[in-house]
Amino acid sequence: MEPVRVGVPLPLTAAPQTGTEQHGMFGAHDSGDTSGFGGLVRGPYSPVPTERPYGGYFDEVADEMAAAMDRRGIPAVAIYQTTVAHREITFYVAREHLREMLWMVRDEPALRFELASSISGVDYGAGVPRRLHSVYHLTSMTWRRRIRLEVAVEVNDPHLPSAVEVYPTADWHEREAYDMFGLIYDGHPALTRILMPDDWEGFPQRKDYPLGGIPVEYKGAEIPPPDERRTYT
Amino acid sequence: MTHAAPYTDTTEGRIFTVTGGDWDDLLRDENFAEDERIIVNMGPQHPSTHGVLRLILEIEGETVTQARSVIGYLHTGIEKSSEFRTWTQAVTFLTRADYLSPAFNEAVYCMAVEKLLDIEVPRRAQIIRVLLMELTRISSHLVAIATGGMELGALTGMTAGFREREEALHLMEFYTGLRMNMAFIRPGGVAQDLPPHYKERTQQFLDVMRERLPEYDKLLTGQPIWQKRTEGIGILPLEGCMQLGITGPVLRSAGLPWDLRKTEPYCGYEEYEFDVPVLTGADCFDRFRIRLAEMHESLKIMEQALAKLDEPGPVMVEDKKIAWPAQLSIGPDGMGNSLEHVRKIMGQSMESLIHHFKLVTEGFAVPPGQAYVAVEGPRGELGCHVVSGGGTRPWRVHLRDPGFVNLQAMPAMVEGGMIADCVAAVASIDPVMGGVDR
Repeated sequence: MEPVRVGVPLPLTAAPQTGTEQHGMFGAHDSGDTSGFGGLVRGPYSPVPTERPYGGYFDEVADEMAAAMDRRGIPAVAIYQTTVAHREITFYVAREHLREMLWMVRDEPALRFELASSISGVDYGAGVPRRLHSVYHLTSMTWRRRIRLEVAVEVNDPHLPSAVEVYPTADWHEREAYDMFGLIYDGHPALTRILMPDDWEGFPQRKDYPLGGIPVEYKGAEIPPPDERRTYT
Repeated sequence: MTHAAPYTDTTEGRIFTVTGGDWDDLLRDENFAEDERIIVNMGPQHPSTHGVLRLILEIEGETVTQARSVIGYLHTGIEKSSEFRTWTQAVTFLTRADYLSPAFNEAVYCMAVEKLLDIEVPRRAQIIRVLLMELTRISSHLVAIATGGMELGALTGMTAGFREREEALHLMEFYTGLRMNMAFIRPGGVAQDLPPHYKERTQQFLDVMRERLPEYDKLLTGQPIWQKRTEGIGILPLEGCMQLGITGPVLRSAGLPWDLRKTEPYCGYEEYEFDVPVLTGADCFDRFRIRLAEMHESLKIMEQALAKLDEPGPVMVEDKKIAWPAQLSIGPDGMGNSLEHVRKIMGQSMESLIHHFKLVTEGFAVPPGQAYVAVEGPRGELGCHVVSGGGTRPWRVHLRDPGFVNLQAMPAMVEGGMIADCVAAVASIDPVMGGVDR
């Protein structure tokens, strides 16, 4: 069992880790290490901070954001990491500043991210610091640009400000992220379950929530449920 | 006297539960005041709610004063299940999300995976994807018009819509082997090339549709009852759409020409010539007319895709570490692995056998990271947020379903209107509950 971290806020400058250390291969633990791969250790993965230039319109967006943050008195540490990967830019935002950041990217004429395309939760699993992430995919219809803001919170303190005030469309997105991951969006007008029944217990898309299922018989053999089958990762 | 309706006393006052019966009997009940606040529960099993959607309407006479929708009745955990399959197998789950637009679900997920893999799909596969997506757009819009027509009492619209959709599904079956939920689009390309004589079959379909689509103008567009039921109904102006994150035909009916095929082209859409129909009525009638016009545009795109397919080429990436190893063919017992491939892996090349086995059981690994891809689905922006932990299974897949987001506009469209108009408004949003609830 991984030690549970209780109420120890990590320094916000730390890279948002998105994986745990892994040992061995093929997920086989019931027999001796005949493959020779059992001794493999892979370190936890963290998104790599990107240095300038980011390329494309990303530099312009980052410049405009920095200038606007300065004008609006948002400290520069509100964005504690910027990552460019797979032709997408991600700003890792401290939750204390999320709401003012959202107002800023929506209203600044040079940014104008007027559409919150998608807000989704991600759980990076037990043992990962600040394992619950709320990911905001914002679209600027004016400039035809897309950015991603990401907020990471502790599973024991899954609070972050709601975006409904800025983007009313966030209403159902946030309800779904609450329903599935237990992210609590403070200031949401009615943060209730949306896909699961009202009296459901637990948050189904968290990694420690079982998938469920029963073994089935197929041509004489018993096939275990999907979450009990061998994994290769 | 006996009470006509059972009631419970709560802190909010006395609540009666009425399930059918004669209203006059209820009014004779001395406990029941005439000015009671009436809340009607419509659905989830109701022929007019466009699927297993539940509407909770507070009414005053025939006027809806407050409306809320309850969803989740079709939640099947598609996103969670995908985390327990390989990257390729996940397609078979995601295609079932919005069951009226399977090609879009597959394409958007595969494009996100390909973005994480940093691979470029062969040109022919892109064209086939466009062909499948536009065919799906037509069949989806036909269902939107058919079920919308049925819900408003235009039953001939329903039979006509489903008749034409059948043509589209037949063609889809011819292309992919399945009418719906084809899982034909795979990470790296498509499952196989189009079957022989695809040109003639597609041309037949185009001809049939070109002949029949104008019938909808006679049947519905110019019909006074249809106009009266939809014109000026369920209005959601542009500012409302922007606030609520509405995309697709509903947004374009409010006057904004926002179509991702034009604004952020993908799959080579910049090469195709087509128009984006835009109207400014922001009502159910204009949404209907936009869907109709979009079908004509989709036919144009399909025709152009057909011409582009003359150029032969691969339909799957060259990289053998990603490309699905088998090539399918039709045998006497149906579709399966091609005999040639089986002969090779079983008889000639041990390496090929190992390779096949590894790719099919273990799958390919995708480098860690995340990607978001959006395509213009029949209902609006269909987005897919994919997170990889570096393994052979997705760490997280999220579908941003346009039906889910657009359904939030229901209260804004129906409050203050009549109950009957509520049905028209929901139909004009065209939510598909499989996608809404996933």
